[in-house]
This record gives sequence, structure tokens and C-alpha cells, in this order.
Amino acid sequence: MIGGKSRVLCGIRVRQMQESWLLFKRNLSDFWKTFRRNRMGLIGAFLVSTALLLAIFAPLLTTILPKETVRDANGRALTFASPAVHGPLGTDDAGHDVWSQLAFGARISLTVGFLAGFIAMFVGSLLGILAGYFGGWVDNLIMRITDVLLVIPDLPLMLVLVATIRQLDLKISPLTVLILVIGLLYWTSTARLVRSQVLSIKERQFVARARAIGAGHAHIIRKHILPQIMPLIVANTVLILSTAILIESGLAFLGLGDPTQPSWGTMLNFAFDRNAISNGAWWFYLPPGLAIVWVSLGCVLLGNVLEEMLNPRLTGHHLEGEASVIQASSGEAAHAQHLG
Amino acid sequence: MHSTLADSPLLRVRHLSTHFILPADASPAAGDGKRVARALEDVSFDVYPGQTVGLVGESGCGKTTTLMSVMRLLPATARLSGQVFFKETNLLALDEKSMRGYRWKDIAIVFQGAMNALNPVMKVGEQIREAILLHNLLERDQAEARVAELLEMVGIPKERGGQYPFQYSGGMRQRAMIAMALACSPSLLFADEPTTALDVMVQAQVLELLKNIQKALRLAIVLVTHDLGVVAEMCDMVVVMYGGKVAEYGPVDVIYNAPQHPYTQRLLESFPDLVRPTDMLASIPGTPPRLTELPPGCRFEPRCHARIDKCKTESPPLLEVADGHFAACHLCLGTKARF
Repeated sequence: MIGGKSRVLCGIRVRQMQESWLLFKRNLSDFWKTFRRNRMGLIGAFLVSTALLLAIFAPLLTTILPKETVRDANGRALTFASPAVHGPLGTDDAGHDVWSQLAFGARISLTVGFLAGFIAMFVGSLLGILAGYFGGWVDNLIMRITDVLLVIPDLPLMLVLVATIRQLDLKISPLTVLILVIGLLYWTSTARLVRSQVLSIKERQFVARARAIGAGHAHIIRKHILPQIMPLIVANTVLILSTAILIESGLAFLGLGDPTQPSWGTMLNFAFDRNAISNGAWWFYLPPGLAIVWVSLGCVLLGNVLEEMLNPRLTGHHLEGEASVIQASSGEAAHAQHLG
Repeated sequence: MHSTLADSPLLRVRHLSTHFILPADASPAAGDGKRVARALEDVSFDVYPGQTVGLVGESGCGKTTTLMSVMRLLPATARLSGQVFFKETNLLALDEKSMRGYRWKDIAIVFQGAMNALNPVMKVGEQIREAILLHNLLERDQAEARVAELLEMVGIPKERGGQYPFQYSGGMRQRAMIAMALACSPSLLFADEPTTALDVMVQAQVLELLKNIQKALRLAIVLVTHDLGVVAEMCDMVVVMYGGKVAEYGPVDVIYNAPQHPYTQRLLESFPDLVRPTDMLASIPGTPPRLTELPPGCRFEPRCHARIDKCKTESPPLLEVADGHFAACHLCLGTKARF
């Protein structure tokens, strides 16, 4: 019916993406069934959810608060006690419980990472949609700003910004500064990705139809553009989260965290400052480092799998699985044939 | 249809010209700059209530552009001039916001490919309702009933409004598009090749449906097609377009029986005739002109079998060759059309 093989392929690809989104939106349990078959995704989900559980149930999983000093029978502080001497993970130079710090640090690390990631996603999607949808000078302006931000190395720029904002005495908590700086600088890749998708979607005929029924820009973006790019945004967000957590750790390690609310990065910073390495206190610096790896690896695995499932451009093999799922859920086998 | 002629026209297109500003040519010969594609030039015609007007011509001759110009749905690179009166309002003079009020409520359109014109991730019923709610015509629950009524009208069981476009067959999609077009009870319907992608049986059903609906609702239809058979069956008036201009315009039986413009003549000859079968169908040599490099005289001149010297240099004006029958050709005799 449609001329040209490439157009047919393109149509299939686009339809796949839309149908996978339908699947995601309408039938989470079916989505889960497909997802469950993917081992990498399961590992990612496991890694991320354990970290989340640790953060949520930190008070239940620890016997002592991070700031309390662990003392021996004689009332002396246990400093650099190895795991063999105290608790699951020993103590640091001030006799604070490392496991407890790790559990409560998860709250800080994940909060900063997630909030920053969500801000980045929100800003990136918004700017991407505006640039792609309106085009012209709006597009030019947003994309040139994006280019500028892309060429400046992230970490040094953020370092300078965080340090400068601290100097200003703005009565904002250091964590808020971190969240805002990461969130407001890390949207560039999302913006580009979303823009390119919007560029292609807005040329499609159902957008022309939406204009023809008298819809305004806001309505078209909300009802017709956004649902189409949601899968992309969802997958991208998970990937952004891992980067946000890594950047937070980096900044905190360099001393820009909040010492009163230590994250995993701050723990590494303390361990480094207080000669944990030369003291051989591996239980002080390894756990936070591994925890960071744990979460970011989890996010990357999960994000890649989600991206693969929701963005058929990366793969073709899930087509059959999805077609059959839709067929089963619609209960109308004959019409599912149109999936082609 | 002469009874309807007593009415005042619903739509009056007057000297409509649409030019697209193209990005400057890379070649140095292009000179200072911006190239212009003259997609429409001086297009005029009327649509009366209850009437069907056919727009025919080759691909790229400006049929769809005419519809899109009237609805003002062209990209920002388009420059429109002339007037388009809907009843008494010049649509081209409206700001975008008031124009939105006319779209779908007064003028609706059935797009060419129904699969592409339906949003694949929205239920069909929801998409029909979208237009009703956008114009605040009904409350949400009443709109639901209206959607069911519309679907039944085009012969789709109302339960299927809860399905997605990919669960529909090609003909159903096209019928759903028609239901959608009728959602706000427009008085003018644009049908942009509504049957092109459909097989002959479904095509006949869709056309039958359009006809019945037109009768029932006294709808005016502008039908874009290159199928002359469809035009003969459906239309009261025909506008034959070539290269962005009106070549010939008149009542359908006059155009078919006594075509005046050489292009119309050849076009009709190239169509198989059941009454007078021939071994070879006529064809028109050459291709339509590129809109950026239009010939200085008549746009059909390079391909015309009856061209004279004048055609090369002078663009023929639209002449009224008989009452209500217009042709743009130097060979025709008539008074200059007053639109």
C-alpha cells in the first residue's frame, strides 16, 4: 500500500515504537512479562531497588546513628575498627559506624541523584520539545545554548558554579545547590534527543489533523507529541539518573558535598582526607565506592534495557513478542494482523 | 443542482496565490537569493451549500495546496495572497486564534491517508471526541454519545470507538476519518483524495457514504482527486488545475462533454471510456513544470499539442467561454472572467 521499501520500514519502526508505548502505558503487567525475560534488565532493577530499599529502611537496618561514636567496654572511641571488631563494616577515624553512614548516605546520594536527574529530564524534555516543535529562532537559540554547554567540560564547570554559589551566602542548603547545579546543567543530551524525535513527529499527518481540528500548540504538544516521546524520555531518565549520582559523588568527593549530611561521595572524601588508605582501613573507602558502582551500574543496565524495549531503533527482536502481546490483549487476532 | 445556485456561495476563493519561500540555492547562478515556488497562482472558484466541487489535476498541480491554503495549514514558509471568503469572512485576514475557531467547526477535512492522519496511540473514539471538546460544543458525557452516533452513521459499531487505529481496516479508518470530520457539524467538507489508498470496493463504499451524508446534512464538499470517474459520479462543478493555476472551471457535464482547454481535452482522452473503447489511451508527453522554474507564458505550453506563438510569452487569462464555464487558454473565445 505504501510505496518504497524504506518508507515501509520506517513506518514499521515508528509503529513499533508507538505500540510498545501503548503496551507500556496500558498494560504494565504485560510489559513486566516482556521485561522479565531480559536478564540484564532484571539485574539492573535488582541493583537499583536494593539501593532504594537501603535508603528507605536505613533506620531499621542500622543499630546506631551515623553520628554516634562507637565505644568499647572502657568507654573509649573505637577508631578504625575493622569489621572483625565492630559491626558489619567497622568504624571510621572518629569511631562512627561505617554501615550506618553507608545506609544513611544512600538517602543523600539517591535523593540528590534522583532530584537532579528529574530536573535535568524535565528541563531537557521541555527545551527539546520547544526547540523541535517551534523551530526557527527558538530552535536556534536553545540549540546554541545546548552546544555551548556541551563543549564546556561538565565537572570543572559544576565545580566552579557550586563553589561560587557557596560563596554568595544565599542561605540555600549545600545539597539544594548541588541538585540545582547538576539538574540545570545536565539536560543537554536529553534536549537533543527529544528535539530530534519531535522534529520527525511534528511532520506526521496526525499533527496536521490536530491543527486542522483547530487545536492550539499547547494541546498538540500535550496530546499528540508528548505521548509519542514518552518512551524515549522514560528510558533516558534512568540513564541520566546514573550520571547524576556519579556527578554528585564526584563533587562531594572533591569537597563540595554537605559535611553535615554525608553522601557516599562525602564518605569517600572523608576517607581520603583522613588517611583511611594509609591506615589500611579498606572498610572505610571500599563500601561507598562499591555502592556508587552498584547504583550507577544498576541504572545503566535498567536504562539500556528500557531504551531497547521502548526504542525499537536499537533492536528488532522484540517485535514478535510485542505483536503477540497486543494480539492477546486486544483479543482480536484478525486485526492484529495489521501490525504487519 | 441549479436550485442551490440561488443561495449565496459558502466559500468564495478569489485570486488565491500561494508562494513558498525556499532556502537560497547553493549554486552561484541563483544570485541574490531566495527562490520562490509559486505553488498557486490566481486560483478562483465558488462552493455553494450542498454542492460538490471537484479539484482535479496531476500530482503537484496544487490541489491539496488549495485546500491547505483555505484552512491556513501551510508551513511558515508559505506566503498567501488573494481572498478566501467563508460566508462573509475573509479567512486570510483572520488572526491565527480566530482561524482556529473556523477549523473543523465550519470547515473540516478528510485527509489522504487515514492511517497517518489518525494518532496511532489514541483510541479512535477519543480522537473523534477531541474535536468536539476542543470547540466546547458539548459536555464530556454528551460528547461520548455524539461519538457513538457518528460512528454508527459511518457504519462502525460504536464499541469499536474504544480501539486503536491499527485495529481498524483501511476502509474503516477512512470512515472513521469521515466520522471525525462530521464531529462538529461543519458546513463545508474538504476531502483530500479520500479513496486513493483503498481498493475499488471500499472506494465505492466510502464514496457512497460521502454522498449519503452530503444529502442528509446538506454538506458542501470539495473533493480532491485525480480519478476522473469519481469526479463524474460525485461532482457538480469541476476545477481542472495545472501547474498551480486553474486551467478550466465549470459544471461537470459541460467540462466532460465540451472541454475547452487543451489540457482538459487530453486529460479526458487519457481516461478509458466504456462507451467508446480505444486500443490506445492518449497520453500527454512531458512532465509538469517545476514550480521554481515556470515557463513565462502559459504553464501548459511546453506540453501543449495546440500551442501558438502567443502561448510562449503570454500567460492566458481565465476567460468565461460560456455562462459559468471558464477556461484559461489563448485559443478560447470569451470575455475575461470577473472574479
